[in-house]
Amino acid sequence: MLDIQKIRADFPILSQTVNGKPLVYFDNGATSQKPQIVIDAEVKYYHEINANIHRGVHTLSQLATDAYEISRGKVKDHINAKHAHEVLFTSGTTHGINLVANGFASILKTGDEVVVSSLEHHSNIVPWQMLCEKTGAVLRVIPIDENGELIISEFDALLSEKTKIVTVNHISNALGVINPIKYIIDKAHAVGAAVLIDGAQAVPHLKPDVQELDCDFYAFSGHKMCGPTGTGILYGKEEWLNKLPPYQGGGEMIKEVTFEKTTYADLPHKFEAGTPNIAGGIVLGTAIDYLNEIGFDKIQEYENELLEHATKRLNEIEGIRIYGNTKNKASVVSFNIDGIHPYDVGSIIDKLGIAVRTGHHCAQPIMNFFCIPGTIRASFSFYNTKEEIDAMVDAVKKAQTMLS
Amino acid sequence: MTIKEIQDEIIDEFSMFDDWMQRYEYIIELGKSLPLIKEEYKVDENLIKGCQSKVWLQGEQNDDKIVFTADSDAILTKGIIAILIRAFSNQKASDIINANTDFIDEIGLKEHLSATRANGLVSMIKNIKMYALAFDAKNKN
Repeated sequence: MLDIQKIRADFPILSQTVNGKPLVYFDNGATSQKPQIVIDAEVKYYHEINANIHRGVHTLSQLATDAYEISRGKVKDHINAKHAHEVLFTSGTTHGINLVANGFASILKTGDEVVVSSLEHHSNIVPWQMLCEKTGAVLRVIPIDENGELIISEFDALLSEKTKIVTVNHISNALGVINPIKYIIDKAHAVGAAVLIDGAQAVPHLKPDVQELDCDFYAFSGHKMCGPTGTGILYGKEEWLNKLPPYQGGGEMIKEVTFEKTTYADLPHKFEAGTPNIAGGIVLGTAIDYLNEIGFDKIQEYENELLEHATKRLNEIEGIRIYGNTKNKASVVSFNIDGIHPYDVGSIIDKLGIAVRTGHHCAQPIMNFFCIPGTIRASFSFYNTKEEIDAMVDAVKKAQTMLS
Repeated sequence: MTIKEIQDEIIDEFSMFDDWMQRYEYIIELGKSLPLIKEEYKVDENLIKGCQSKVWLQGEQNDDKIVFTADSDAILTKGIIAILIRAFSNQKASDIINANTDFIDEIGLKEHLSATRANGLVSMIKNIKMYALAFDAKNKN
């Protein structure tokens, strides 16, 4: 059992009031809140060891470099990568996906195919569309059914020797649906395609094992898992990272530069041009330690309870429709109320201190599929409570009364 | 009535409300009473981009004045449109161009001017002024 009150005390922001009401923060899918230990670690870095990394011979530079590389090691252990140099620091999931899509420009030829799914965030659609425009490759899309689940038979049918990369999210940001990525990875590999998993929405809820999954790339953001904004990780299998060309040129990523030719640094530095977000990278390690101390088994168990409670309570509301009705779901409820625009509900419950996300969640194809302008999305974290869910349900009922 | 007089009248009405709920209920009422826009105007060219809710705005010249009609699929947005139309419709282009919009703050809708709100209040005002500028330029030629 989690001691929720003790956990909540770790997050200073949670004790504030918004619009005169206690803050109920259910926009965790957009970004998570940060525990004091993470905030302190950021301050400590600037107080004590701030210096540029990988270059200086002076003590501070070495301390900062060590801290940064220790953090890389923590991420490696956390996701069970084979090597630390398969773990690249990025500014976030979007950066990681763009890095891979950009690299595939030198691999794809006209007529090759890239497979994405209908459940993707725009970040996992647009870079691939740009890649297809550049290379003449064709974008193929795995459709979804009324429950918001990928239609796997259609995915099977899309695969062929033309498929060069399959890119899907682990968990849908708009609906919370957990995708059968192990199946997708194995099937894609069977036709020789690489697989990228967008893990942005998964890492706050579970601990991915990249070796067990056998994915070629796994991208995620630090800020959704209690880490600082502007941090992220791209895991890539060594063989793939060696194959891809560098994404950006600059300092740090070179071995030797002359005006005739530049040779590139070894992994991971080949993909880490310029001074990175040093503080953020180090503190991401602190966030991962914090989450592991609580334990992902416990987090999942508790978040499932929250999901069940929210689904049950929301279903009391007349005219409610929940999108994404699957057994395999993260603690996210995406819903609408008959005849009421999600924006109206979001604006009113905000006045009651409830922070949810409304709109298309950067996943317009899903909204088009359901023929809706958007949804109200409540995404729960392990620091949320059933009482907060009750407060949200009361607020939604009040909004419904006001708006009907 | 001048734009300023109408704005003062709106401020007066809103000053009777004690809390946000009464304000919002009034905005919802205004939204419901917004005259219907002609279906032919609810086209993509009249759609204001960048809003979470859809907003259509159409302006027409009537003698020396501009008449605005608008609609939205969200009721709060519709209410806000109703307020803007009341203040700016049936006014001279030059008056619309020169009008200030501080009354939005004064009726407690300041948060709707924030960039994150994405409800298009800022864009609506911008589009109303753009119409006025366009008509003004046309009339001068």
